[in-house]
Amino acid sequence: MALRAIAGKKTLTLGLGFGPSGAAAAASFPGLGSGLHARGLVTFSLPDLPYDYGALEPAISGEIMQLHHQKHHQTYITNYNKALEQLEEAMTKGDSSKVVHLQSAIKFNGGGHINHSIFWQNLKPANEGGGEPPHGSLGWAIDTDFGSLEALVKTMNAEGTALQGSGWVWLALDREVKKLKVETTANQDPLVTKGANLVPLLGIDVWEHAYYLQYKNVRPDYLKNIWKVMNWKYASGVYEKEVA
Amino acid sequence: MSTSNCKGQLHQSRRASKVLAYYGITTPPYKLDALEPYMSQRTLELHWGKHHRDYVDSLNKQLVKSPLYGHTMEELIKVTYNNGNPLPEFNNAAQVWNHDFFWESMQSGGGKLPQGGVLQQIEKDFDSYSNFRDTFVESAMALFGSGWVWLVLRTEEKKLSVVRTSNAICPLVWGDIPIIALDMWEHAYYLDYKDDREKYINTFMDNLVSWHAATVRMLRAEAFVNLGEPKIPVA
Repeated sequence: MALRAIAGKKTLTLGLGFGPSGAAAAASFPGLGSGLHARGLVTFSLPDLPYDYGALEPAISGEIMQLHHQKHHQTYITNYNKALEQLEEAMTKGDSSKVVHLQSAIKFNGGGHINHSIFWQNLKPANEGGGEPPHGSLGWAIDTDFGSLEALVKTMNAEGTALQGSGWVWLALDREVKKLKVETTANQDPLVTKGANLVPLLGIDVWEHAYYLQYKNVRPDYLKNIWKVMNWKYASGVYEKEVA
Repeated sequence: MSTSNCKGQLHQSRRASKVLAYYGITTPPYKLDALEPYMSQRTLELHWGKHHRDYVDSLNKQLVKSPLYGHTMEELIKVTYNNGNPLPEFNNAAQVWNHDFFWESMQSGGGKLPQGGVLQQIEKDFDSYSNFRDTFVESAMALFGSGWVWLVLRTEEKKLSVVRTSNAICPLVWGDIPIIALDMWEHAYYLDYKDDREKYINTFMDNLVSWHAATVRMLRAEAFVNLGEPKIPVA
């Protein structure tokens, strides 16, 4: 699916495309720019989930999915759009201190939009193939770089559990050296903040809102169960495209 | 007011006697259902019984292998903050203290208005109570990620100020004196308010915050910071 392009920096560059060509290209990807302002600013809207809210039960409850998607992700998008509008205004006026001041809001809300857009693709109902281990080149790469799928899962779960506060744990591909890595990012920092060569294959949201209603403070249980709805096909798709 | 919970214990082993630092968990100064309906008993049970307790247990586990000994909790936080390069014990130590402070920052029948000296100082430093309240709410809403919002008495500027901190950071590390704290980690409000942070923050200001505790803390703070206005009545 062309949704692979959502991964990594491409979202940002496509999203910031000005003018009709940017909007036309962007409009074909759900979740990318769909509003077009008079001066060409592309704004964003909430992408639909490719499954029902309850489809990931019992690993993730429908209540969480609905709140996570309709409230949290939507808020990031709303605030991202607001920040982009303010940024455009500041840039037009040449107001450097405002431009720089807005960067943290853009990183946080834009990052939230990017990360969650990837996250929804990373999950799949169990009866549609969620949880099925990776085959093909990604499977071999995991065995090479981590020893086994179990070892990778153990590493990611340990990193996710140890993360203080809010953040994400990622399975990343370093596209320069063609190696897999496990990384964490704080708050809504996208994976690229850890390295310009890193491409997200899988991300797990370990903000408390991602699991609290169901798992309360027991983050390790959430991490154990989310693998049952992990969409390895998406990760394989991104991986194969990068190493091709 | 938080008091030191540090006790040394002699641990007999075959090789040599080893002295360990050990901190205990304090209980909130009210029953766990006392803050209903603004903060549910369920939240208190989890927040205090699991999260806060975990921080204490994790800290004690870390201290078994650590040379840190003989500190009050406040000292331990400053030492482990290590001037911005926090040691591994910092997160747990600071969160233990922060949560103690948080429980004591709330009371049943809280909210309403501060009185006497605290109100006068707020009016002096923020122009009005409602200005202060707006500043506090805005600061909490603007926090990215996990963290805390504080009303602090700045020791150098000698005035009250609203600050927000990330994760476990606590104004003690800068030598400021906290007066009120609000926990903005999602676990603090998610069960009761889901994603409606604004409602949580406003409810805290209107119904939970203990101005009595704030007064006691201001009283103590005046022993360390010369607020210079003998006209302000102390309680």
